[in-house]
Amino acid sequence: MSKIDIKVALIGNPNTGKTSLFNQLTGLNQKVGNYPGVTVDKKTGISKLSATQNAIITDLPGTYSINPTSIDESIVLKTLLKKDIKESPDVILVVADVENLKRNLLLFSQIKDLEIPTVLVINMADQMARKGISIDLSILKKELNTEVVLVSARKNEGIEDVKAAIIRCHVAAKASPLCGINHQIDPDYFKKLKEISPNYSLYQLWLMVTQNNFPDTITKEEKQNLVAFKKDAFKLKKYQHKETIYRYQEINKILKKTYLIDKSKATDLRGKLDKVFTHKIFGYVFFFLILLVIFQSIFDLASVPMDFIDSTFAELADFAKSNLPNGVLTDLLTEGIIPGIGGVIIFIPQIAILFLFIAILEETGYMSRVVFLMDKIMRRYGMNGKSIIPLISGTACAIPAIMATRTIGSWKERLITILVTPFTTCSARLPVYAILIGLIIPDNKIFGFLNLQGLVLLFLYGLGFATAILAAYILHKTLNIKSKSFFVIEMPNYKLPSFKNVFFEVVEKTKAFVFGAGKIILALSIVLWFLASNGGDAYKNSEKLIIENVDYQHLSDVELQQKIASAKLENSYIGSMGKAIEPAIKPLGYDWKIGIALITSFAAREVFVGTLATIYSVQADDENTTTIKQKMASEVNETGGKLFNFPVGMSLMIFYAFAMQCMATLAIVKRETKTWKWPLIQLFGMGLLAYVASFLTYQILS
Amino acid sequence: MSTIASLRVGEIGYISEESLDSIPLKLLEMGCLPGAEVKLIQIAPLKDPLYICVNDSHLAIRKETASKIKILKSE
Repeated sequence: MSKIDIKVALIGNPNTGKTSLFNQLTGLNQKVGNYPGVTVDKKTGISKLSATQNAIITDLPGTYSINPTSIDESIVLKTLLKKDIKESPDVILVVADVENLKRNLLLFSQIKDLEIPTVLVINMADQMARKGISIDLSILKKELNTEVVLVSARKNEGIEDVKAAIIRCHVAAKASPLCGINHQIDPDYFKKLKEISPNYSLYQLWLMVTQNNFPDTITKEEKQNLVAFKKDAFKLKKYQHKETIYRYQEINKILKKTYLIDKSKATDLRGKLDKVFTHKIFGYVFFFLILLVIFQSIFDLASVPMDFIDSTFAELADFAKSNLPNGVLTDLLTEGIIPGIGGVIIFIPQIAILFLFIAILEETGYMSRVVFLMDKIMRRYGMNGKSIIPLISGTACAIPAIMATRTIGSWKERLITILVTPFTTCSARLPVYAILIGLIIPDNKIFGFLNLQGLVLLFLYGLGFATAILAAYILHKTLNIKSKSFFVIEMPNYKLPSFKNVFFEVVEKTKAFVFGAGKIILALSIVLWFLASNGGDAYKNSEKLIIENVDYQHLSDVELQQKIASAKLENSYIGSMGKAIEPAIKPLGYDWKIGIALITSFAAREVFVGTLATIYSVQADDENTTTIKQKMASEVNETGGKLFNFPVGMSLMIFYAFAMQCMATLAIVKRETKTWKWPLIQLFGMGLLAYVASFLTYQILS
Repeated sequence: MSTIASLRVGEIGYISEESLDSIPLKLLEMGCLPGAEVKLIQIAPLKDPLYICVNDSHLAIRKETASKIKILKSE
């Protein structure tokens, strides 16, 4: 007998510990798509229920009801309305927080009416005694007519009970509605609605009408009949209001019999912490301090592992070069692949630190306070408080940040947030900044503890953020889009972050980033190496020309080899490309080698460092392999001075701060806005700004 | 008549029956029901949004929304 996996959907309000439960159920068996091109709407994982049965668990975005007001919530509704056998869940787990059971039961009652087998998982049961809560589980089970399980996901308690309940629920099959919307509101109206199709539950039909969301499986005729019900918008709204109130009345009746809370036991830690975190002055000071700590850590803490990775890869290339037979393949490995991979691996420490801080801020509940603090300010610029989360997450990577805009209800506010998020300094800019700051800014301490290099980095972050805000303001004033702005956010209780959740979040995001970006970078490194090692007639003749040149007769052998290598690079395919754009970038202070890096890094910024690594590796003499930074530091310009001097370095950093050099982000913006219009506007608008700004920077500084 | 926006910090009111139609569905679903007790916990530094506790839910809503929801004060 072949076993069939049970499809389980995990649904619940935000902040109920849904993710903790998902992590406990699935452990390391999680599957998350890579960013470029792959949809990361939902996470799935496999949970071993028993010796013979597995569950495929889908973690859906948090939602308060299945009447969606944001894209995130409509994903939940879409999954539930699918009649497609492959996608519709066999069992639904509704996760509820023991402290907010009443509100959580509203979602549960809606889900139950879909007539899909449902388990109610009441989480954070370990808090019950402390908060003075008691629940009569057997009465609750009977009243709700479903499986009810108490768990504390963070402490890994009750997980086995959940698994057992899934199996029992799956066997029991068809479920009955809990509140039955028909009889209380308008029996005739709902009787007619039900007659439209026997294939769907009444509540599913009602959702199709109210949410204007029709599954593919519905017939044309049924759809036409349903649309007729939509005509009276006022009536629909009124019935929805009535429905909600009716649900709460039923829930109150049930809870009265089973749920007791002793308010005197409630502690007021939340109130005390809120007094500080949302204070007029301290609130902002604290927020700024947190940001400062994050940026200092990125630079200070990450520098040790980064230097280590940098030198390890240099040694690795050296080792390969001296131990492998000479040939094209060895060259490809030592000049293309190893420096290319090194250029990706080196970001891991910084990305992990950033994701770590963001995960902790989210987990503790502090992020909601930031949203609260920032709403009024952000509104002035055409965004809302929730836009702060994409803008902060954008410091790690614009791709998840742009997906985080899905919680914003108003289309205009969401679009503006999507358009300006790429200005915030993502981690792909970090290696570029890190290497340039290292070259042009001295490693001094100010006041004995503030790192000067760290401060320059903070300035660049500030610049990105300020530009984002300014761009938002311009868009706010120019975009003529009408959309209703509605804002409500829950202020969750403060929690200590769970180690497991933070760990999974950091690993998952870092992995997605490294593999997503890694593929592009590796492919480009190989192409680059090829373009740099081959060329037309001038390339082939360069060795002969240098040796025969009278001016070079007095040079030593080593110097001559270097001259040959430079000439070869200059005449290679990639060299010709760099040369071709040199006139355009000369006013910015760049030579053709930097030009090559600019061309390749239009795919992804982090390719910049890898490209220079490849270029200088191809060019370097075989005797010793130095690190990329050392190679860059020893580059000279036409006048014999350092190539990477202060004006050039600043101009480059400004260019990278503004230019839209990330194909993956463009792809995600296209997907989220459903048109090429907006990503193209970003590409050209940001490119123009980058050019003008770095032109001014170079001309003023030099 | 008073609204949620006219509460002072720490003050309590009860959502009035007549404001039912002016409460957005989303807020209803989050527990802002007629008859529910609502307490103003805090006002954001720039006087907006408002941080309220209603039906045991801790929510932040904008002043604009709050000024549409009528309440009865306890006295």
